[in-house]
Amino acid sequence: MIGFPLFPEQASTVAGSVDLMYFILTAITVFFSTLIFVLIFYFAVKYRRRRPDEIPPPMHGALRLELAWSILPLFIALSLFAGGTAIYFRNVAIPPGAMEIYVVGKQWMWKLQHPEGPREINELHVPIGQAVKLTMTSEDVIHSFYVPAFRVKMDVIPGRYTSLWFQPTKPGRYHLFCAEYCGTNHSAMKGWVHVMEQVDYNNWLGGGATGESMSQAGERLFNQLGCLTCHRATAPGRGPVLEGLYGSTVHLQSGETVVADEAYIRESILRPQARIVAGYRTQMPTFQGQISEEGLLQLIAYIKSLAPKERIDTAQ
Amino acid sequence: MSTVSEPIAGTKVHYLNADYGIKSWLLTTDHKRIALLYLAGITFFFFIGGAFAVLMRLELVTPQGDMMQPETYNKMFTMHGVMMIFFFLIPSIPAVLGNFLVPMMIGARDLAFPKINLLSWYIAMIGGAFTLYAVVAGGVDTGWTFYTPYSSTYSNTHVIATAVGVFISGFSSILTGLNFIVTIHKMRAPGMTWFRLPLFIWAHYATSIIQVLGTPVVAITILLVGLERGFNIGIFDPELGGDPILFQHLFWFYSHPAVYIMILPGMGVISELVTCFARKKIFGYAFVAGSSVAIAVLGFLVWGHHMFVSGQSVYSGMVFSVLSFLVAIPSAIKVFNWTATLYKGSIVYMTPMLYAFGFIGLFTIGGLTGLFLATLAVDVHVHDTYFVVAHFHYIMVGGAIMAYLGGIHYWWPKISGKLYPEGWARLSAGILFIGFNLTFFPQFILGYLGMPRRYHAYPEEFQVLNVMSSAGASILGVGYLIPMIYLVWSMRYGRPSPPNPWGSAGLEWKTPSPPPTFNFDKTPVITEDPYIYSHDEEVEVG
Repeated sequence: MIGFPLFPEQASTVAGSVDLMYFILTAITVFFSTLIFVLIFYFAVKYRRRRPDEIPPPMHGALRLELAWSILPLFIALSLFAGGTAIYFRNVAIPPGAMEIYVVGKQWMWKLQHPEGPREINELHVPIGQAVKLTMTSEDVIHSFYVPAFRVKMDVIPGRYTSLWFQPTKPGRYHLFCAEYCGTNHSAMKGWVHVMEQVDYNNWLGGGATGESMSQAGERLFNQLGCLTCHRATAPGRGPVLEGLYGSTVHLQSGETVVADEAYIRESILRPQARIVAGYRTQMPTFQGQISEEGLLQLIAYIKSLAPKERIDTAQ
Repeated sequence: MSTVSEPIAGTKVHYLNADYGIKSWLLTTDHKRIALLYLAGITFFFFIGGAFAVLMRLELVTPQGDMMQPETYNKMFTMHGVMMIFFFLIPSIPAVLGNFLVPMMIGARDLAFPKINLLSWYIAMIGGAFTLYAVVAGGVDTGWTFYTPYSSTYSNTHVIATAVGVFISGFSSILTGLNFIVTIHKMRAPGMTWFRLPLFIWAHYATSIIQVLGTPVVAITILLVGLERGFNIGIFDPELGGDPILFQHLFWFYSHPAVYIMILPGMGVISELVTCFARKKIFGYAFVAGSSVAIAVLGFLVWGHHMFVSGQSVYSGMVFSVLSFLVAIPSAIKVFNWTATLYKGSIVYMTPMLYAFGFIGLFTIGGLTGLFLATLAVDVHVHDTYFVVAHFHYIMVGGAIMAYLGGIHYWWPKISGKLYPEGWARLSAGILFIGFNLTFFPQFILGYLGMPRRYHAYPEEFQVLNVMSSAGASILGVGYLIPMIYLVWSMRYGRPSPPNPWGSAGLEWKTPSPPPTFNFDKTPVITEDPYIYSHDEEVEVG
């Protein structure tokens, strides 16, 4: 238009709703700023001092006016809150069946892995029209995964998993930034998200997928670390059965229950004594500092792949 | 007239000539002299913090990080933030204008604890010295927010020296707040009831409460960062079972209210300026006073809006969002009341009033853009982008610094006994307004486009807006230098000021300019409300 952009591209399903809210807020800002500017300018000119000894009529205030300009802004503010919150709740709810990608941030790069196996650095290839869920963690400091064209951002925090999702709507190449200051080369911790047609994505995936998938890599790690010794699939060993664990409700020794999500599995690997499953003893050694963040994500991908049905398959 | 009064003014004993010599200044317990010590100290810190900003804006003229190393740039924005927030903005209005005016406006001889007042200045300067040492020794690169685990484990810069500096200066802030609270409670002149207090006093009272309640929390937080760095205690380190997000809760529990420490006193100044130069009683006194207290209270409940994308639950996000919207209401009430005060006033465009107009306009924009950040759906996109930088500077530079400069000009005749050159002052106010908007308005657009803050290099499509911003910053820089020059000039060469050059109704103007050491020869007795310019029957409006 005039040589440089004034508005970011919309390339995800949520971008339109965020921009709508932004336009409403902008309209309110312009309206009230203009109102105040015009009133000040008008009063300043109209009521300028004409004689040095001029004394204007005293005025104390007016309760009705005060109430009006307290209650009206309150009403506007609460409406904006309601609108913004409703959109936010809808925008952050991860749709079922989203394709999963795992992200590890480190000073100063993004490492991404597709469940099918391909790994990327500072680049992410995704198919158009497909919901994509990122499960993210950091190896060192806090980072933040930010794709302006998708209007999504989430901090990437060491020691825990955060997630965000998006569904791209337009093929193209979009900026990926680290938005949380993370040290010297913070501004170089950026890359591109490539949104491709499904066919192109399949080709890309096929071209790169010579190695093992994430759950296969996880299985290899599972065997290497000797997990199988206790976590047997067929008969209950010294450790709980992992088949069908993901997403199930686990009863703990403390009497509490917990849903076995990524965070729980991660904690149980790194600090097994933190939450012990009812009926088991504290025998498992801690793996803190022995498995890389990527290895952990592979183990989790493997455990997630262990559906109860497969338990029968592997037993055969 | 002036020929008659000049020799009298020259021979009269006032706080500036009551005593001479460096010792009489460094050991003074006179709140007015301590205010001037603060003025000198924070002006020094302001220009250091400003120099860092100049270097940053120079680097950002081109998209490539080609002027300085990334480490250097990171140190620039960190030192800019640390200097400006902890050593300029937080002390600015309270420690300079508040120190000078709180006793005079309530009819007292001094603050309740004059020696503690002096102590707080020394503490502030020692804190500043530690931080300056960190600058000279090689700087610090954590950002003024000191987020863990970067600050506690990963940064290789002078975090501890800086943290010690900030920690120490916090005690100065606590002591000033404590001094104001006791003074306002116990030392009001006879007849100075709570609802006859000038709004400047209400604003400082609210500010003091935040300082006393909030500052210890940031002191503890910074201490923990220091302990973590020194002894690896593991509070914020996930590998030792700690939680880096805990730091953000603790930090913002103070640092969001700290934003109100910086803006509330400015709001107090604006209430004084608008009434004096419109020659009119403030519209809705109780609402303006009450809104200061409401801001102080609500300000403690909104810290989580800095953490909407930190992985906190969506429900706590929702609660912090609604509370953040509520804190906007008392600010809106103030803006409407200031505007209504102008209605049927008798308005003159002296420099302080120009600053007040600038404040109301820019604060309105700054406040309304805060709503974008309180809106969950939009904050996800603009969080940690230049949108936040722009919003913050509209409040802090467009708001707090405009109010500070407006206040400095307004009370300059009282402080120095001299008049400043009105033409130059109006000119520089205009330059500041233009330079400010050119610097920070493009940053709103940059932020929505997605340019993250704290970026040393950036994609090329952001260059035009960055060049505009840097051009504006150079205008802004000139705008700050001009008042610095003519105010210093006026101390020696300015025309002597009469006791009340503006015809203000304020109690502080009922003393000579400059005032005598103990302010009032006789303790004044207050018989009426503040801002009374006319004793006619009040007219009904609305």
